[in-house]
Amino acid sequence: MSKHMPAKESVDKSVIEEPERRKAIKRIFRHAGLGMLGTVVAQAAIFSRPARAAKILRPPGALPEKEFDSTCIRCGLCVNDCPYDILKLASWADQAPLGTPFFVARQDPCRMCTDIPCVKACPTGALDPLLIDIRKADMGVAVLVDHENCLNYKGLTCSICVRVCPIQGEAISLKPIQNEQGLLQIPTVDPDKCTGCGTCEKHCVLSEAAIRVLPRELGLGVSGTNAMGRTVW
Amino acid sequence: MRRTLQILIVLAFVVDIPEVGHIAHGNLSSSFWFWNVPLSDPFVLLQSLLAGAPLAQTALIGAAIVAGFYAFFGGRIYCSWVCPINILTDAAHWLRQKLKIKGNLTMSQDLRSVLLVMALVLSVITGTLAWENINPITLLQREIMWSSAAGLTFLAALFLFDFLVTRRGWCGHLCPVGAFYRWIGHYGRLRVTALNTDSCSGCTDCIKVCPEPHVLAPLFAQKAITVTNSDCTRCGACLDKCGSGALSMKLDMGRGSSFRGIPIVKN
Repeated sequence: MSKHMPAKESVDKSVIEEPERRKAIKRIFRHAGLGMLGTVVAQAAIFSRPARAAKILRPPGALPEKEFDSTCIRCGLCVNDCPYDILKLASWADQAPLGTPFFVARQDPCRMCTDIPCVKACPTGALDPLLIDIRKADMGVAVLVDHENCLNYKGLTCSICVRVCPIQGEAISLKPIQNEQGLLQIPTVDPDKCTGCGTCEKHCVLSEAAIRVLPRELGLGVSGTNAMGRTVW
Repeated sequence: MRRTLQILIVLAFVVDIPEVGHIAHGNLSSSFWFWNVPLSDPFVLLQSLLAGAPLAQTALIGAAIVAGFYAFFGGRIYCSWVCPINILTDAAHWLRQKLKIKGNLTMSQDLRSVLLVMALVLSVITGTLAWENINPITLLQREIMWSSAAGLTFLAALFLFDFLVTRRGWCGHLCPVGAFYRWIGHYGRLRVTALNTDSCSGCTDCIKVCPEPHVLAPLFAQKAITVTNSDCTRCGACLDKCGSGALSMKLDMGRGSSFRGIPIVKN
């Protein structure tokens, strides 16, 4: 092969002028094209970074979503160790980054095992090993989102959400309200006590739950400052 | 043999033996073998650290065990002996040979290094595990373990790509995981060695069967007696194919500096 190279080059030179320059330009364009393709793919990857949907809840002890996304290595050990099989790893059909663990409260809520096997299984600390008391878990917060259809708001005493709560009488309790319909018993969530396990959402008797577990930043308002950042007293 | 191990590793995660339970918990990203030996994929962990995750003891120990093993023996052992995608791409290659498909889109083999760098840089920028969003290896394993089908289109695309577009397209050109293990196992000591150079008949069967044929080139050019190129996956296909027994797989602690080589033309 190497013997024939010089002869071939001289032939090329007679046919095409300045083959070196052409070659160089060709190379530059090829690399620029590759670079451009890479940039397009990379940009798509950056902008299409999948955000988690509100109904997707993380296992107990999960770090805040951004840190969780970087720390979780998608190994599925928590999924394996969940004794009630509520956890799943996200596939492309699910609204969460591929391979991350989640559960959907309406389908199957967290049973709040006191020994928290999912957290113990995590090799990276994406599920915070400092979480020892399951009552301190923060998977989200239950919010009574639909006052129109909640049976207790219609004057009935359904109260199923209050009765099934694993932190009974503390995380959610009935508070009386007087209005034109009479005395209503309203399920009221204490956000500091609620762990977001989703048992109330699961058992709501309506075909779509009136009480739902939302990630804390979606479910709770924050008082203290107005939109301009000024303190409101 | 190789195929058996690959399938056994997949089964170790899937099969639940009564009274014993699973042999391995987790998946190839991170797992516990025999209940207490942690193993983690150093590439996934590296992405995670670059994405800004704090250090975690269990995962680090696991990654160190895996990285140490591959660094000593040779990184791409992972590709041919562990990786489940290899079963898929080998099947595609087999079908390609059977149907004698000649069309081949030539790509640079360094594309995988580009993808590797891109995956790491993107992990830094996005704060997520960039490659894990598409990684077909863990994807395939998840499909098997939790029997989902959402990623099947991607796996099918990969099969067709290897089958119809490029010979050894995925494993030999694109996969950044292979590029990463190649980099880890650069000085890997388990090497294909040409011991009985005299018995070589120059049939080049070994080159025809090799998934990374360029690694055998130094042997034929008589520049080395061992394959030192880190692209070698230690799959052993060349040993199986060689009828003359010229090749063998050896732990090579020396520097492999004596130039004997296999003569390509024999008188």
